[in-house]
Amino acid sequence: MLDLKGYGPALLDGAIITIELAFLSLALAVTLGLIGASSKLSSNRVAKGAATAYTTLIRGVPDLVMMLLFYYGGQVAVNNISDLLWEAYEIDFFFQFDPFISGVVTIGLIFGAYMTETFRGAFLAVETGQIEAARAYGFTRWHTFRRIIFPQMLRHALPGLGNNWQVLLKTTALVSIIGLTDMVRVAEEAAKAERMPFHFFIPVAFVYLALTAGSELFIKWLNKRANVGVVQGG
Amino acid sequence: MPDFIAQWLNQNDIFTAMTMLEYWNGLVSTVQLVFLSLVIGLVCAVPLAITRTSRNPLVSLPVWLYTYLFRGTPLLIQLYIIYYGIAQIPGIQETFWWGIFREPFYPALLAFTLNTAAYTTEIIRGAIMSTPHGEIEAAKAYGMNWFMRMRRIILPSAARRAVQAYSNEVIFMLHSSAIASVVTIVDLTGAARNIYSRFYAPFDAFIFVALIYMVLTFILVFAFRKLENHLLRHQRPISN
Repeated sequence: MLDLKGYGPALLDGAIITIELAFLSLALAVTLGLIGASSKLSSNRVAKGAATAYTTLIRGVPDLVMMLLFYYGGQVAVNNISDLLWEAYEIDFFFQFDPFISGVVTIGLIFGAYMTETFRGAFLAVETGQIEAARAYGFTRWHTFRRIIFPQMLRHALPGLGNNWQVLLKTTALVSIIGLTDMVRVAEEAAKAERMPFHFFIPVAFVYLALTAGSELFIKWLNKRANVGVVQGG
Repeated sequence: MPDFIAQWLNQNDIFTAMTMLEYWNGLVSTVQLVFLSLVIGLVCAVPLAITRTSRNPLVSLPVWLYTYLFRGTPLLIQLYIIYYGIAQIPGIQETFWWGIFREPFYPALLAFTLNTAAYTTEIIRGAIMSTPHGEIEAAKAYGMNWFMRMRRIILPSAARRAVQAYSNEVIFMLHSSAIASVVTIVDLTGAARNIYSRFYAPFDAFIFVALIYMVLTFILVFAFRKLENHLLRHQRPISN
């Protein structure tokens, strides 16, 4: 049996942090993606421009640089705001910018940009006739979105969503660099202390492999479910 | 020059010639690392992709396993395993390899190359698999042997289909290379981290480096668009 030299519980905690981080960032990314895609497709020029700037900006900058900027810069920004509030209004406002929040915000923002593109394509794949029909039945815009567009666009978005999720999962490893004790961080500390890099990194690599392989199966199953009743060409 | 820019330049203690030199050295390391790993990765990926499409599972399965392992785990872990692991290989410190792998640049180059080769193999495999069957039949009918079919028909036509996905991989690699800074390489991100810790100025240090990465990304996007236009010029609509 694998002997983890007493690092087993810490590694398990780290794995839970990784999974929490991944799901929270996914939730943020999907929300931002839906907002981004709607603004990109809207006729409002300001919204369109903002969404385009957002996706272009994010895709030009490495995730690690963004994360370092949010983590180190976030704290400085909070300090400045706190000083300002204290001097001007004597309001005591302060919080520590911790690596978990910076990780969720950064990964969410980055993948929000990728999700924007995925959802934009999926929204466009819904036939306009469907939307016109819904409007003709007197559906409100919200109703059209919830009942007609959203369920149909989900089917088209799934493959892209699945790919983004797989990349997101692997990106969570980066939070170990800004000091969050996820499983990569624990493994790194253990590997250095025990001078056994293979012994600790390879099990962690296999946890990631299991997560990506499991997600792959789940996405396949979802895809199958979402495409029930669709006759596939080919 | 507008006043506020002049004022900012006068008060500026961070962006001096020294820090610019640091950023420049970082840029050189990043470009070297990314360029070398991409070139070596691509050279390895072509034969790997061909073996991956083999019908014999004994040939294709090992390549599948390689790409699966490297695509299913984070690059950071691969880098750590190679960087920390190489020193632990028994006896390596007596061979001449130790002189090479003691520098952090080479373990990082190895990790990046193995990673990009795995992704590129799958991209090229996808392109090879989607070669229209008629093209292969026609090549066979002309009496071309396997090697000639590969060289003249399948690979050139696969390259056209792969270039779009490959451009994404190149940009992805540029962005992933930022993690080289964690194994003490002073690449662009490493330079930014040094400058941040010297001046405690996160916004200046990281936004500046983000702009450099952005410029690099846009240059790559532009170059690949040119390349795509060149490779796909036979499909261009006549009008317009």
